[in-house]
Amino acid sequence: MTIRRFLRLLPVVPSILLLLLFLLAPVAWSFYASFTDAALSGKAARDPQWVGADNYVRMFSDDSFPLAAWLTVVFVAASAVLGQNVLGLLIAVLMTRSRRVVSSLVGTAVVAAWVLPEIVAAFAAYAYFNRDGTLNQVVDILGGQGLDWLYSFPLVAIILANTWRGTAFSMLVYRAALAEVPRDIAEAALMDGARGWQRLVFITLPLIRSSIATNLMLITLQTLAVFTLIWVMTAGGPANASTTLPVLAYQEAFKFGDIGYGTAVASVLILLGMVFGAVYVRLLREQRP
Amino acid sequence: MTTSSLRARDRTEGTTAGGSSSFKARLGADIALAVIGICFLAPLLWLLLAAVDPQAGYQTKVPSAPSLANFRAVLTPELLIQPLANSFLLSTGTAVVNLIAAVLAAYPLSRYQSRFNKPFMYTVLFGTSLPVTAIMVPVYGLFVQLQMLDSMAATIFFMATTTLPMAIWMTKNFMDSVPLELEEAAWMDGASAMAALRTIVLPLMRQGLGVVFIFVFIQAWGNFFVPFILLLSPGKQPAAVSIFSFFGQHGAIAYGQLAAFSILYSVPVLVLYALVSRGMGNSFALSGAIKG
Repeated sequence: MTIRRFLRLLPVVPSILLLLLFLLAPVAWSFYASFTDAALSGKAARDPQWVGADNYVRMFSDDSFPLAAWLTVVFVAASAVLGQNVLGLLIAVLMTRSRRVVSSLVGTAVVAAWVLPEIVAAFAAYAYFNRDGTLNQVVDILGGQGLDWLYSFPLVAIILANTWRGTAFSMLVYRAALAEVPRDIAEAALMDGARGWQRLVFITLPLIRSSIATNLMLITLQTLAVFTLIWVMTAGGPANASTTLPVLAYQEAFKFGDIGYGTAVASVLILLGMVFGAVYVRLLREQRP
Repeated sequence: MTTSSLRARDRTEGTTAGGSSSFKARLGADIALAVIGICFLAPLLWLLLAAVDPQAGYQTKVPSAPSLANFRAVLTPELLIQPLANSFLLSTGTAVVNLIAAVLAAYPLSRYQSRFNKPFMYTVLFGTSLPVTAIMVPVYGLFVQLQMLDSMAATIFFMATTTLPMAIWMTKNFMDSVPLELEEAAWMDGASAMAALRTIVLPLMRQGLGVVFIFVFIQAWGNFFVPFILLLSPGKQPAAVSIFSFFGQHGAIAYGQLAAFSILYSVPVLVLYALVSRGMGNSFALSGAIKG
């Protein structure tokens, strides 16, 4: 009987092997390598030495890690939690009231930024925020003074770009959630004289709170991992002013050849992802008894 | 999902049938949405205009002499065909590996009760949340150790694994919606589980499989970071990476060609996305993926 039960689970094996080899092994190797002086080339590449917690100690004595950690927090809070989440909800709510033509056209525009390959979106954003780019042209027309966004305000530029790129996800989640809100509840509120925004805050939002929580978790995880957009737009510069943790891990490992320190930064990022992932799984478990 | 999007439409229609105050509210919503839509389109406008302007720079302007010269310039085997073929190979390979592994894994998870199911599904869900960019440094290290760097096959298997948790989760949900009775009849007739899967379950969930395939394909097609790190020789690099050839070695950037190439490279995923969302309601794939 047990053998039969085991045989039944046999088809799961290929997936488990793939996950072990290409997901679990790199994570385990990351934690291991972060305690060594592994390098991209030279003697330490062939024969890495165990250095204990040196890389982690260096993290907090170095200026670049605390800065990158802080920039990551600001980037995630501003572009995901505030930007994508609030804008996505706003668009979804507006769509329930607007003409269908308008909402489907605008929906297409928002989704286009999200479906495009990341490198294309990154180039488009780079051109847009460039000194000669579209944004400064608009500023000019409005009578303002153009700025060198990517150089003077790199963090603002990548936050706006990531909001532009990712809002579609929140919009789709909230459209689906709002469609499930029973109509009679909203109508009853209308009878009681609830005004539009009160209805939204006191009735609609509590009804879709599980979607809000799930969405926040997912976009936080996605934004934590953003690399290409930042790398193309500012390459983390100028002078680390837009270096978030993924960019820092990449630079330390591939630009400076310090795999040990790079994996230490990556390990911190993986741990962060695990914490958010665990919260996310718990949220979904509670929703489905 | 189709029913709920229909319901959404009812709601939209319902709120419109009202007095003049609701007309005003509707106009307000229309205008606010239109402004947001224009803001979202603005960065893409440059792409479209520069592509048909042989003298394009970073400025958005209506080309003085619009032509297809940029498209003609990039339409060479080295610049366009080879990279797109590589992208196609990578994405198709990734999607096929995903589909095979996910269908095999989903079948016992969907069909047999076992204490193993729930923990496995939640572990898989947990796997979807790993930040892939964070593991690229260790993956590079691993690929060096195993001498898999610059291998197309190894890159495909790695890319497939990064989307596999999501694919398993989606596939199992689609499979759960295929009724068990049909299979039981087949089992009675002596068909093996795998035969029932092939002849009964898979044909019934064609659409769902299509969604998973396209979902994975789009992600792989757009992926820049993974092939950028793992594929070294120019002959193997997909369009996402080869696009850097428009940033000349000597600092000169061919803006117009860059834009034309970007458009040609983006068209396949735009078409595939339209196909999925048209067929099954806008939020179908997404809610299948995250809500279960």
